[in-house]
Amino acid sequence: MSNRLRSLALSLIGATAFVGSAFAVDLDITCRCVIGGVNSGTAEWIENSVIPAFEAANPDINVNLNQFGGEDAQLTQQLALDFSTGAGPDVTAFDGFLIPSFVEGGLLKPLNEVAGAEVDDWSGWAALSDGSRALMQYQGKYYGIPLGTDVRMIHTRKDILAEAGIDADTWQPTSWEDVLDAARAIKKIKPDSYPIQLNAGVAMGEATTMQGYWLALLGTGESVTDENGKYIVSSQGILDTLILYKTIYVDEQLGDQRAQLLADGRNRSFANFRDGVTALLFEGDYFYRSVTSEGAEFAVADRDNVMGWAKVPAKEPGAGIRGQDFVTISGGTGFVLNPATDTPKEAWALLSFMNEAEMQNAFQAIQPRITARTDIEIPNSPFLTETSQTLLPLTTARPNDENYNTVSAEIQRMTEAVVSGELSPEEAMAQYKASVIGIVGEENTVSLL
Amino acid sequence: MTTEPIPDQPRRKVKNFSLLSNRAGAAFLTPAGLLVSVFVIVPFFWVIFVSFTNRTLLGKTALSPEFVGLANYFALFDPSNFFQRGQFGFSLILTTQFVLASALLGQALLGLLLAWLIQTVPAWVKRITETFVIAAWILPEVVIGFAWFAFLDRDQGTLNALLTGVGLPKGDFLLKQPFWVIVVFNTWRGAAFSMMLFSSAFSSIPPSYFQAADVAGASSWQKFKDIGLPLIRGHIVTDLILITMWTFNTFTPFLLTNGGPSYRTELVSIYNYRVAFHDFQFGKGAAVGVIMMLINLAFALIYLSIGRKKKKG
Repeated sequence: MSNRLRSLALSLIGATAFVGSAFAVDLDITCRCVIGGVNSGTAEWIENSVIPAFEAANPDINVNLNQFGGEDAQLTQQLALDFSTGAGPDVTAFDGFLIPSFVEGGLLKPLNEVAGAEVDDWSGWAALSDGSRALMQYQGKYYGIPLGTDVRMIHTRKDILAEAGIDADTWQPTSWEDVLDAARAIKKIKPDSYPIQLNAGVAMGEATTMQGYWLALLGTGESVTDENGKYIVSSQGILDTLILYKTIYVDEQLGDQRAQLLADGRNRSFANFRDGVTALLFEGDYFYRSVTSEGAEFAVADRDNVMGWAKVPAKEPGAGIRGQDFVTISGGTGFVLNPATDTPKEAWALLSFMNEAEMQNAFQAIQPRITARTDIEIPNSPFLTETSQTLLPLTTARPNDENYNTVSAEIQRMTEAVVSGELSPEEAMAQYKASVIGIVGEENTVSLL
Repeated sequence: MTTEPIPDQPRRKVKNFSLLSNRAGAAFLTPAGLLVSVFVIVPFFWVIFVSFTNRTLLGKTALSPEFVGLANYFALFDPSNFFQRGQFGFSLILTTQFVLASALLGQALLGLLLAWLIQTVPAWVKRITETFVIAAWILPEVVIGFAWFAFLDRDQGTLNALLTGVGLPKGDFLLKQPFWVIVVFNTWRGAAFSMMLFSSAFSSIPPSYFQAADVAGASSWQKFKDIGLPLIRGHIVTDLILITMWTFNTFTPFLLTNGGPSYRTELVSIYNYRVAFHDFQFGKGAAVGVIMMLINLAFALIYLSIGRKKKKG
């Protein structure tokens, strides 16, 4: 072999080696989670369990977790803009209620369209109940794999209730008036405190709609849409709900008005609870298992003795939706695939891998919660067992509607106008009516007044 | 229709020295021209086009936007809610007040005052003043935004620490006086430009004018009013044009208040951002953008015509 040929051969080998290493695939995964910050458990799980195990099983794939520390709405904004330009992470955490508007906008595709037939063959589907699969479903197609669901309740500070002479272990309000009375009793002995936190305002985003407005509205026997899927734009239920907000934040100052108006208000409301300024806080079960858990930013000291919970009562007994005495609502989250991913097979491999029983059990060990898989036992957590058994039969869900996201933003504006004292409940409702008609068209709305 | 032949106009031909032939010149200009048209002219017309559609980022109208004519513009100028908080009219009026208070009264007057005062002080005082004022102007917006946020915070803010230190009550400035917060902020931030412009204008006036005035026994105010001001009139017009436009389009107050609470600091630029990139209504957002362009154009024309008249008179 001549020198020239030899060098050619050598450089060819070099080039192939280079190409070989270029076959390694990089995958990005995003969630609103930061180790030591928001949703710390999710970030720990992905970083410490999912990625090492997945990379060990797939030596050619590198996975990188983007820890997103901003607000929910900011992540939605980033994902929407990324997906519309073909950028963004390959796999991302996603809130189920956003799926219809993303799908209609062409920003999400069914899993089996993105990654092929392997999706339908995945054995994990069998372990997901129909109900949980529906959380990441739209018009009969699956857009993601659900991680779990949640239920909403009143989280209580037993120590503060006890100070106000209320037996915290048995305290279960049966009407709005009961809740307000407990708050008034606390306000009397602690005039500087804000006993109630019922989310309101634009800054809290979807948390206002889900954990605030909707919990109250269900207690009046109404929902955001009627049984035909039309948006209710004026009704006694909306007025009663807005009057409740006015009572809490404007008339009696039982809640922290500033926390509803400031940009970082949601964190302030969590800090209020941690610091004992707030004793009755309307939130989902993750508030207990994630937000206030040990090591988290808003950890409540001696949580299991200090914190309790109560069902959210209807305005009056029996006045709630479907004639219920108590109400709650559930959402669902999961992970979806970016339709523009360069490596759909690998992205699906990661998505399905993290939803296998083994990885889900690893997650349960970090943060026990209500999972979507039927083969994962609810862990030995009295809180989760009790709340899920009590509240799941009472629960409701958001409409699976592409306009919901936009209407929800109007709800946030309506509540902000009331709690800031800027508009009366009647005026705020009139503005809401005009805005929603502008969004969905008059034929898709209904006025009950 | 006239049949008379039009007499040839006598053409004044100016023979310029040319480095290149016309064709070669055009060839050299083509790459730049292409870039400008791709990144400036096409988006410009694209925005105007999008403003006539109901295009959104999410939902059905993202994939199949419809031509809606002037509907976006009618929605913006809907008299039934034009002046409500969170609507276009409200943010337009707010922006006008903001420009009047922070740019014309705040920045221009403060800049003028500073420029006049530093003419006579010792050089080291002048240098220190200039350094501080210009630092406020050149520091990155995000840094400035967070610094002010920390300064004004009710619970841990420096300002309230100072106030309580001297026995005054705490203020909740970002929530209670948000408009005045952004006015003071923008005045502080932007006074440097006016100061530098006026300062160089003042120093271009021959010193003999002021010396003559001194001999005649003129007061400082008289010198300012009768010598300084008339001679920098052109600069004042330039300054007002520029700072009005910058302030009209500024987005930095967003870092302090997010446009809130309850839209009370939602300037037109922030309103535009919210509609387009928070609510994802691209069509309506584009319409706001087109109106903003027209307003900027109108400002420029008004100021220029004032400037011309003054020069003639």
